[in-house]
Amino acid sequence: MDQPGLAPEKQLDATTVEEAIAYLRNEYADAVTLDDREGYGGVIIESKRLVEVARAIRDGLGFDYLSSATAVDYLGAGDHLEMVYHAYRTSGGGALVFKAQTDRERAEIPSLVSVWRGADFQEREAWDLMGIRFMGHPNLKRILMWEGFHGHPLRKDWREAYYEEDQKPFDNRWPGGQVYRVEERNVFGKNVTYPPDIDLGRLMDNSETAVYQSLGLGVDVERIMDKDGFETNELVVNMGPHHPSTHGVFRMVLTVDGETVTSLEPVMGYLHRNHEKIGERNTYLHNIPFTDRLDYISSMGNNHGYVLAVEQLMSLGRKYNPPTYRCEALRVMMVELSRIVNHLWAIGFWLNDIGAFFTPVLYFVQERERILDFFEAVAGSRMMCNYMRFGGLFGDLPERLKSVSNLTNDRVRDYNTMQFLTEMINERIPRTIDELERLLTQNEILIERSVGVGVLTREDAINYSAAGPLLRGSGVAYDIRRADPYSIYPELDFDVAVEDEGDMYARYRVRVSELRESVRILKQILPRLEATAGESIWADGKPGAYAPRVPHGEAYGRVENGKGELGYYVVSAGGRGGSANPWRYHVRAPSFINLTPMGIMSRGYKVADIVGILGSIDIVLGETDR
Amino acid sequence: MYGTGLAKGLLLTLRHFVDSYVDDIRYGFRKYHHSTDNFAIRQGTKTKGVITVQYPDEKVAVPERFRFVPFLIVEDEDHPTRSGKDWCTSCGICAKVCPPQCIWIVRGNDPNTGRPVPEPEAFFIDIDICMNCGFCAEYCPFDAIKMDHDYELASYDRTTHHIHDKERLSKPNSYWRSIAPTRAYEEMLVRGTWEHIDVAKEARRGAARSRPAAPPPAPQAEDAATAVASEVASPAEASAAPAPTAEGATPWTEDDAKREERRRKALERKARRAAKRGQ
Repeated sequence: MDQPGLAPEKQLDATTVEEAIAYLRNEYADAVTLDDREGYGGVIIESKRLVEVARAIRDGLGFDYLSSATAVDYLGAGDHLEMVYHAYRTSGGGALVFKAQTDRERAEIPSLVSVWRGADFQEREAWDLMGIRFMGHPNLKRILMWEGFHGHPLRKDWREAYYEEDQKPFDNRWPGGQVYRVEERNVFGKNVTYPPDIDLGRLMDNSETAVYQSLGLGVDVERIMDKDGFETNELVVNMGPHHPSTHGVFRMVLTVDGETVTSLEPVMGYLHRNHEKIGERNTYLHNIPFTDRLDYISSMGNNHGYVLAVEQLMSLGRKYNPPTYRCEALRVMMVELSRIVNHLWAIGFWLNDIGAFFTPVLYFVQERERILDFFEAVAGSRMMCNYMRFGGLFGDLPERLKSVSNLTNDRVRDYNTMQFLTEMINERIPRTIDELERLLTQNEILIERSVGVGVLTREDAINYSAAGPLLRGSGVAYDIRRADPYSIYPELDFDVAVEDEGDMYARYRVRVSELRESVRILKQILPRLEATAGESIWADGKPGAYAPRVPHGEAYGRVENGKGELGYYVVSAGGRGGSANPWRYHVRAPSFINLTPMGIMSRGYKVADIVGILGSIDIVLGETDR
Repeated sequence: MYGTGLAKGLLLTLRHFVDSYVDDIRYGFRKYHHSTDNFAIRQGTKTKGVITVQYPDEKVAVPERFRFVPFLIVEDEDHPTRSGKDWCTSCGICAKVCPPQCIWIVRGNDPNTGRPVPEPEAFFIDIDICMNCGFCAEYCPFDAIKMDHDYELASYDRTTHHIHDKERLSKPNSYWRSIAPTRAYEEMLVRGTWEHIDVAKEARRGAARSRPAAPPPAPQAEDAATAVASEVASPAEASAAPAPTAEGATPWTEDDAKREERRRKALERKARRAAKRGQ
């Protein structure tokens, strides 16, 4: 073994990732092998002993936080399905990547829910979209598609209803392009497949029963009807999917005893569009505007995570120039501005949920509008920014934020960009945060409603893979910008906001502190922008190619987005010249995984608190359902 | 004391209420007046209070980089040599970089020779599919496709109105220069000419050919080259723009003199307008 051996005096949970891998290979020599495919890292664990080794990774080696668990279909390249896990230490540092492989036909892998509860939804997603059966999973059913759906849509041999071609760009667009609408050529109904034994006339939808059964109740309607008086009964209540407090089409099935919630299960997927399959069909560049549509409140952050992942892959190749300093500074500025937008929005709508109807939200939206005006003038769109490129950006800051009258009744604005930014960062945004605090932090009603409600303990927060303000509100000082830094964050001076209580009020305070920290970062960015004025945003002075070839390998790019850890797992199966389309494109969506602890957070609280608890997690359905 | 937090918050709300009227007084109740001079101020960073824009009585003009549904650039009607000609050469890059694949191009062929000509025969964009990402405009090597600013596209029937054909997509070059003057200028700097890049190439080639043989050069090349020279030599951008091919330039013809006259007048008008705005 040529790997560095483990120094005996060193604590196991303080080893480097390489040492941890060497330890695993020593200790579990027959079950752990190094993943030596080109551009890959980590270890492959024999799936029979996965749970045992995972426990050692968590308890022995101290990788207590399972960030991402996802599946890849290697059809035609080994013909196996592979689960990829990224585990981190909450004390900081890089990822321990471990994988488990299984046959495509009889896809079975032991469930890791007993080790990390955070694997729950992610394994359900892998079952739903990839068809891997997780042995020992307590509640293995589809999560984004409905029960009874035929097939597993992320498998490489699965084709959707309006299937056109495997990869973009499509052949018929040029040079002999003929315009048509897909639905004209391809009438719906003729292009859908059903299981062979199904009789459409007798089709029954039993997905609802499955939801209720999983709550372990089996509602006895008779029993409820029979009782009289003021005794409380167990009752199933559906909140959503069309309910204003769920922030989108999202549903919660609650069992309530009187007014107290005894169990809760989130039901999602109403906005599912198989984002990841679209992403695998797209070229690398095509995906950037699609990431905007995930968490549409902070699209700059989504762009950033994705370009980081692809840049990691591109850096494996020979021809790659990292972004210039000015480019990095601009990226950080945009991301921090969108974090401010995100938190103002999150706090505002959380207040809506607990009863401060629209007054605070409108004060915050005023500032958000200013920031969106800035995005619009720089990137071209208010929300779907599509600003970042591999190794660069769409464009530098314009000298002036100005508009030209074009439609009738147009009113024109014209500001100096740097002056606008300086005034925003030094005056307006801090003033708004002060106002926000004066309006809310000591407000007695807010305190009554939120202190001690929706508690998530420190241990649960880590074990359930909570991320972002949800994790930091539970006393875990884990911020990727500090724990596993990227871009120019190491040289910026800011603190990680953290609160110990783990309730709604703690999460609110974390968000307010993060607003202040963001302003602090922005104040440091301004002089950096002035110092680099005139520098190109592209390393070689000219914009990157529209069809970059990405070398063979895997990459996991993660950023601290407003809602929590946003990760992109991208696999390139390129040959010698690299590939034009990603083989696998997975989004580790904070809104999705942060819902895993929703059940335990709401147990024991009142129905009216559920709305607030959901608001305090801060989800966006575009990202949850993907 | 219990309730102080609440009272403080209510006071703040009251201040916001008052502030919006203070703003009214500050701008002498011209806040809703149909002049544009105070709009930038009340929408800017200094304002307090209510900032609603009364759409559709007033609209926020979109910034230059704003992107909404692409259009194709064709040469202006009064262009001396290329009037009405497409800037698009049907290279197909826009169709390739389009993430939702909403662009269909049919390459034009010469009916006599059957060889492709650098002009699209047909060009379709399904605006229902278009996601307004702007890649087509960003990666077009000929600056021939641009993102529009007209966002008011609602119509009653999606099946007939939402697939834009070449006719619907085409807009004159002058339109692009009017909605995004700064960007058009930046693009000119990159191309080195206000004209289509092919014209410049043609002019260079013509000039190279004509150098040993002495004048007269081919009439078309001469015209185009002088057009380049007169356009680029305008005072504002003379310093930054690369020098045009001097060999191609010939003494003024009557036509050129007229054009120069028109141009000078237009610049004067522009300067007058600018002076007015500055007051």
